[in-house]
Amino acid sequence: MIQPSVETRGLTRRFGALTAVQDLTIRIEKGEVFGLLGPNGSGKTTTIRMLCGLLEPSAGSATVAGIDVTVAPEQIRQRIGYMSQKFGLYEDLTVSENLNFYAGIYELKGDARRRRVAAVVSFVGVGNRLRQLAAELSGGWKQRLALGCALLHEPTVLFLDEPTAGVDPAARRSFWRAIHDLAAQGTTVLVTTHYMDEAERCQRLAMMSGGRLIALGTPAEVAAAVGGRTLEDAFIILQERDER
Amino acid sequence: MMPHLGPMVRKEFIQMRRDRLTLGIMVGLPVVQLLLFGYAIQTDVRNLPTVVLDQSRTPESRDIVAAFQNTGNFRIVAHVNDRPALDRAIDRGEAQAGIVIPYDFPRRLARGTTARIQVIVDAADPLASQAAIGAAAGVAEVRNLALLTRAAGRSVVPLEARVRPRYNPGLRSPNYIVPGLVGVILTITMVLITAMAIVRERERGTLEQLIVTPVTKTELMLGKIMPYVGVGLVQMTAVLLLGRFVFAVPLAGDVLLLYAIALVFVVASLSFGLFISTLVRTQQQAMQVAFFFVLPNILLSGFMFPRQAMPLFFQWIGLALPLTHFLKVLRGILLKGVGLEALWPQVAVLLGFAVVMIVASVRRFHKTLD
Ligand SMILES: Nc1ncnc2c1ncn2[C@@H]1O[C@H](COP(=O)(O)OP(=O)(O)OP(=O)(O)O)[C@@H](O)[C@H]1O
Ligand SMILES: [Mg+2]
Repeated sequence: MIQPSVETRGLTRRFGALTAVQDLTIRIEKGEVFGLLGPNGSGKTTTIRMLCGLLEPSAGSATVAGIDVTVAPEQIRQRIGYMSQKFGLYEDLTVSENLNFYAGIYELKGDARRRRVAAVVSFVGVGNRLRQLAAELSGGWKQRLALGCALLHEPTVLFLDEPTAGVDPAARRSFWRAIHDLAAQGTTVLVTTHYMDEAERCQRLAMMSGGRLIALGTPAEVAAAVGGRTLEDAFIILQERDER
Repeated sequence: MMPHLGPMVRKEFIQMRRDRLTLGIMVGLPVVQLLLFGYAIQTDVRNLPTVVLDQSRTPESRDIVAAFQNTGNFRIVAHVNDRPALDRAIDRGEAQAGIVIPYDFPRRLARGTTARIQVIVDAADPLASQAAIGAAAGVAEVRNLALLTRAAGRSVVPLEARVRPRYNPGLRSPNYIVPGLVGVILTITMVLITAMAIVRERERGTLEQLIVTPVTKTELMLGKIMPYVGVGLVQMTAVLLLGRFVFAVPLAGDVLLLYAIALVFVVASLSFGLFISTLVRTQQQAMQVAFFFVLPNILLSGFMFPRQAMPLFFQWIGLALPLTHFLKVLRGILLKGVGLEALWPQVAVLLGFAVVMIVASVRRFHKTLD
């Protein structure tokens, strides 16, 4: 039996009276590009944070790469890569210093480290900016750097929280090419997005609203389930339902 | 062991180098504080305006007036002819001290009976009056010795006077203030730096990215402390050198021992700051808590006010502050030249404090966002 890469059962997170994620049950297979979709505040970030061990679930359970995130969060660290929604690298370090810092943190040493950093640099295409401070990078370059830092240790599961927010269309296209390359190599990718064209490029989607799972399946299945002809329609229907 | 510590420390060093403001504070603060405390807050009083009523008008009396002036504490501003005139001068604030030498002063000296001079001090300013009294006693004693030598063989004990300060014979306040200042400056900067350390990463969003990696809590904490130990020791060196060459503060004892104990104190202060960092959510809160901690350090540690004079309750609070113990070390080594055999209790307290704070910080910190 093939183990799922990510599996949640009744995953729930409350902040005081607010339930940010309610009873979420999903299963993501190895090598899948899985999209998490939903209006602002629907619980996407909270879900990813629980899967990375950054937030403790209030109820339910989740496994990542076969490891229970609440039981052994430290054991999943080496296996996951995470790009937070807000740029989380050091703005006062250069591109190369950020990469080398994270390479060190992932215990890459000597020649292996140089080779791996060079490979990542060429993969995300930041070769011309190595000496630039991260603070001086534009949005798109920051996101490439963040992806690079999340890939250094060759994680088996990659969590990308709105990786293309504020990125121009050309850069978004190359970003998604990178995502599919990684998936082709066997990396599982869980990605959130507000761009419908990006959602269409996911193999499967989970549509969330108000912390609940509304629909699950291929882009077409999800659109149909919500009652729209396209994903875009479905999304707007959800948003309007939220506002009421 | 601790494979992630090296990268953490290296990263902190790079950030430290780029953070001009913090760097400026770390270098500027000691210098400004030293000059401020060293010059502005002179607790020893020099040039106290003084009137003289010399009723005997003899070479001996002029001699004694000169001796008073030579202490540097008294500056003769006027000679008066009677007691009411002297009192008036002090009442009006034209003078803060008066010296009265009676008619019989030379005669009594010659006869070998106790010769009296009266020193009147305006005690409205306790600091000034204390200094004047101290200096007067000093004059009397020096005169004593001189007279005794001259009168060798005769069994006479003329002037009365006691109080001879040890370790700091000039009663110079820089000797007292500068070593203390080393401790105060280290407390302020070290606590503040690490108090901001973790909340800053939290506020900037870099903590979220960092704690999904295999770095451990202990490595994270030590990584925040270690780079600044060097900074603390450099600061101490700067203050000591300035104190030595600008204020002529002596360096009596074992400097190596001082640095060894300072290392412990710096780690204790840094780890306390780190503990603050685990208690608060924003940099502003961290700053407030840090200042809230610094104030009792300045007031209750014995830096400015003697602890023996405080109510018992405040003495106990003082005992809980690392600075209190480090001040004993600083003054002990710098002024008295004492060694570890006298200072080990202080070292033990500082070590204990550092260990407790690091452990408490590691336990309080969680690799989550709640
Ligand atoms: N630490 C927190 N404390 C309190 N409430 C929180 C916290 N984090 C998130 N929330 C709330 O939980 C809900 C879900 O937030 P979450 O960030 O998961 O949404 P999202 O789907 O990622 O939204 P967006 O598209 O805007 O990023 C929101 O109502 C948010 O205000
Ligand atoms: Mg979000």
